[in-house]
Amino acid sequence: MPDQSDEITPQYYEDVPLEDDYLMDVPEIAMMEDAVLEMGSDARIVSEMAFRKRERKLEGDVLIVGAGITGMQAALDVADKGYRVILIDKSATIGGNMVKLDKTFPTNDCSICTSAPKMVEVSRHPNIKLLTYAEISSLEGEAGKFTAHIYRKSKYVDPEKCTGCDDCVPVCPVDIINEFDEKLAKRKAIYIEFPQAVPIVYTIDYDACVGCGSCERVCEPGAISFLEKSEDIEVKIGSVIIATGFELFEPLEMRREYGYGKYPNVITAMQLERLLSSFGPTEGKIKRPSDGQAPKSIAWIQCVGSRSKQLGFPYCSRVCCMYATKEAAIAKESDPDTEITIFYMDLRAYGKDFQQYYDKAKEIGVNYIRSRPSSVYQNDDKSIAIRYMDTHTREVTESSVDLLVLSTAIMPSKENKRLAEILGITIDENGFFQSESILTDPIESTRKGVYLAGCNQGPKDIPDSVAMGSGAAAKAMEAIIDREQTIPEPPPKQKDVSGEKPRIGVFVCHCGKNIHGYLDTVEVSDYVGEMPNVVYSTDVMFACSEDTQKDLRERIKEQNLNRVIVAACSPITHGGLFEDTLIEAGLNKYLFEFANIRQHCSWVHSHDYKAATQKAKDLVRMAVTKSNLLTPLTQETVGVTPSTLIIGGGLAGMRAAIALANMNIQSYIVEKKPKLGGTLATLHTLFPSDVKSSDIIDPVIEKVKNSEYITVFAGSEVETLEGFIGNFKASVKIPGGQEDIEFGTVIIASGFNEVDMTGLFGYGDNPNIITQSELEKQLIDDKLPKTDKVVMINCAGAMDKERPYCCRIGCGVSIKNAKLIKEANPNADIYILYRDIRVFGKEEEEYFADVIENKHVKIIRYSEDEPPIVEQAEDGSITIKVKDQVYGEEFALPADLLVLTAQTEGSPTNNKLMELFKIPAGAGNFFIEAHVKIKPLDFATDGVYFCGSAHFPKNLADTIAQAEGAASRAAIPILKGTLILEGITALVDQDKCVGCGICVESCAFSAIELIDGKAKVNDALCKGCGLCTATCRSGAIQQKGFNDHQILSIIKSSLYEVF
Amino acid sequence: MTEISKTDSEWEPKIIGFLCNWCSYTGADLAGTSRLQYPPNIRIIKVMCSGRVNPQFILKAFQEGADGVLVSGCHPGDCHYIEGNYHAKRKLTLTTDLMEFMGVDPKRFQVSWVSASEGKKFAEVVIKFTAQIKELGPQNKLTGGDV
Repeated sequence: MPDQSDEITPQYYEDVPLEDDYLMDVPEIAMMEDAVLEMGSDARIVSEMAFRKRERKLEGDVLIVGAGITGMQAALDVADKGYRVILIDKSATIGGNMVKLDKTFPTNDCSICTSAPKMVEVSRHPNIKLLTYAEISSLEGEAGKFTAHIYRKSKYVDPEKCTGCDDCVPVCPVDIINEFDEKLAKRKAIYIEFPQAVPIVYTIDYDACVGCGSCERVCEPGAISFLEKSEDIEVKIGSVIIATGFELFEPLEMRREYGYGKYPNVITAMQLERLLSSFGPTEGKIKRPSDGQAPKSIAWIQCVGSRSKQLGFPYCSRVCCMYATKEAAIAKESDPDTEITIFYMDLRAYGKDFQQYYDKAKEIGVNYIRSRPSSVYQNDDKSIAIRYMDTHTREVTESSVDLLVLSTAIMPSKENKRLAEILGITIDENGFFQSESILTDPIESTRKGVYLAGCNQGPKDIPDSVAMGSGAAAKAMEAIIDREQTIPEPPPKQKDVSGEKPRIGVFVCHCGKNIHGYLDTVEVSDYVGEMPNVVYSTDVMFACSEDTQKDLRERIKEQNLNRVIVAACSPITHGGLFEDTLIEAGLNKYLFEFANIRQHCSWVHSHDYKAATQKAKDLVRMAVTKSNLLTPLTQETVGVTPSTLIIGGGLAGMRAAIALANMNIQSYIVEKKPKLGGTLATLHTLFPSDVKSSDIIDPVIEKVKNSEYITVFAGSEVETLEGFIGNFKASVKIPGGQEDIEFGTVIIASGFNEVDMTGLFGYGDNPNIITQSELEKQLIDDKLPKTDKVVMINCAGAMDKERPYCCRIGCGVSIKNAKLIKEANPNADIYILYRDIRVFGKEEEEYFADVIENKHVKIIRYSEDEPPIVEQAEDGSITIKVKDQVYGEEFALPADLLVLTAQTEGSPTNNKLMELFKIPAGAGNFFIEAHVKIKPLDFATDGVYFCGSAHFPKNLADTIAQAEGAASRAAIPILKGTLILEGITALVDQDKCVGCGICVESCAFSAIELIDGKAKVNDALCKGCGLCTATCRSGAIQQKGFNDHQILSIIKSSLYEVF
Repeated sequence: MTEISKTDSEWEPKIIGFLCNWCSYTGADLAGTSRLQYPPNIRIIKVMCSGRVNPQFILKAFQEGADGVLVSGCHPGDCHYIEGNYHAKRKLTLTTDLMEFMGVDPKRFQVSWVSASEGKKFAEVVIKFTAQIKELGPQNKLTGGDV
């Protein structure tokens, strides 16, 4: 593995003791300077000279600082709209923290698998200029005309020449701590952080390099360049997005309590992620650091550094409960005999499908103990003894585990203070960047034209960060929307090769010794040269080098080639490069074929020269077979109607419309109620700000009404819909008539409802038993009933068999309303009965602590098995019986007023929307996104997006970020103007089609429909997976580029010589 | 290439692997990047999605002389095309039954989920499957038949 210098063996850990000096940030230098002198190399001296800066200038539209998942999403969203992005990251690769994770909750998707395609997309996007290993050093000017300076450190490796072969790594004599592997492994001074790094260019760590020149001597393409200079780049841009992410709390200062840095078998959760990762130091095996053995018992301690003013930070880190649950479940599933315990304070499974994920972990045997362990110590066998109070027995107990994992806090980057000074923005009391207003503009920083996205503004999980990245992209448009767009130049006209006999050119790559060292590329090239229709074949040193690309273009012309095969590395990493070369040479890119003789041959059969050569010949022969059958494919284009339909006139829908208007895009809001405002208009004040909700919603309604870009249809509903992305038509039933509208994209913002509580906790029979939303109304009307004794029951109708999910907002609402009642009536005696207190957003934890400490609201935790019982006497007086889960006591609480914090569900109109727009909904009738982590605002159906509580109930800041994000997504097709469709789509032979409709059912993208008894594929929606082709029983529907004839021919060709 | 006789003592099995573009093909790439060694018997055919694999391909492969066929796609839930791998799973389970019916040892056919990060798993699957096919010996049952 390129990023690891050593074989991982159990002894390995003994080399790297987790001691204080080891954890210092100073690289170990394994070779002494005098040793370098003995070797007679002057490389170091040369590089010292090269350290002087080179200067250059760049122009763009938006500068994005930080290329983690948030920055990448923002970059793609801006670039796809036709504006130029300069994306910088201080690391040598993009990807941020997400790529370090093994899997992501609550779907256990492989993290690198979902981020890597995005990384490649970013690196290949014509409108994105990527600068890695670079930092911002100044920002002057104002929105619309900023000038920034970027300092880009030299990597001392020429990105044009580096082939990513890894030859330089084994010869490097320096071993230093690998920060990417969270200090659990070592790396060399020349390195890439992980195998999927983008760009795949090695970097020489200047501080660690001893300048021996070994790498330079073995680098065949001559990519090592000690003379490469660092650069000072002046960039001119209109807006800036800051997406610099977070750091994790390293609990060294809690060494006394939890032994991190003192005992080897105490690790952080991120270290465990690296152990779980298949490209981590143990290749996915959990091993305990002291002896490399698989732990038989593992425990997690939650909130290490979070929710504590004394030791760490006062806020909740938002993600730890779920990642610990994920890690625990993975550990349990991989070895069911492992004992797994999670020590937690409140289990905050607040998001969509989180509670179900948590329930499943409990089912498979993850043991959750509600307790905050006071201390841990190490036993003689290096296992860790944890001392805690058992909440059931009320006794101090001890239990020992082989491995202890600390779920450490997300904390602001230590760089934030310095960065804030450079950027001219402010940081909050915790060190995160301050939003202009967390209530109305969470994405805007305190400097106009500078926007915030992701965790640099507060802890967030991945989808919230991605949504915010899209939102920032929409905001960044405001200052530059009138600039001319940069649409990539159309490719030169394609040569018409239809009807021509194939003339195939084959280029077999040596990749230095990486292929040629393990198999005979000359023999492969000679062999393939004999095949029919192969008119040119050659072996080349580096197929991807600029001079070979030039040669390839020339050969295409000279030999009149109409098919090209490159036998080299992988189409995944290099396919796009060669396709572009074909396009430049005037050939259709679908006439290119790749034979992977490096990753799939020379590198995996390195000890069998003969067999590897034979296999390479077979692989190239298969490619020739396919190449002979390739046909040019056209990518159709469609125009886009430049407006958006928004379903729902609540906060989410209106903020999306405003964001679109700021991009000069027309929108139609269709609201079923007679008035705009949605749920927010029915609330009194907001959690955790106590701001009147009318102060928030009224200006938004005003703005919508006054916008020339927004048309509102209140009291209206969409009746019929036809069309697809780019060109939809709907008929809208409006009061007293009907309106037909046309639009290019759709945003669904249909919101949520409280579940009907009738029959639960005595609701319906007694006027003094009400829901939180009814209480809000009484608060607005200032008609509170008697409130001397108030009880609130949280999770009413939630997290049970029928509705297994958490409502996400109820805890906050109950705390806020308790405070309001207490302020109106200081004598009020208020109890909140809860299951977990789930306050996780910015300033929420602090608000909660304040209400408990200063307003004397009492909270009682009840168990899901023993919910409170409401008893009503003849005279209507109410008593609530509840058993305190923490202290085991039973209470009978008399109440003047009982408030139920009711479960939520998707809007009842969602069923109709599902049908109309062909979009799915899940638990609670909330809509299901295209991908829970990286496509939180998109549906699988192109051109339809969603935001706000239609996705899942959420607070103000998250709703606004999502609404602006959805506006950004919906604006992309519109600002592009025309859509270039997928070339590899399905095609129906109308004569063979019997109209059975099986393909229609199998298509997940609603791309096929039956018209007059025959299947028809909509190219605008087809993603080219080929599922329909495999499903069709008549062979009528074929996937272009992968049709039955092509694949069956390759099957033959893979088994014997077909020519 | 000289046609290897199936009775030859030097017999090496021929294995075809259908890999999906997004997970398993990338996983096989990672096996290469990580320099994990596995036997050279497998020939990889890339498809966009494991759901594209028509049972006809499997039968055709055996008919044309393959000794083993491997299909690999994204893990359940991870499909790039949302649910293509579920369709593959259902279809290929039936294919296994069909093979049994035709008298071909179902052990010659395997479906494995390999993600883009599981280079090691890919190598392990290929090592194990190749050994299994070697043990079963040449496949003659369907060779020359008409599919």
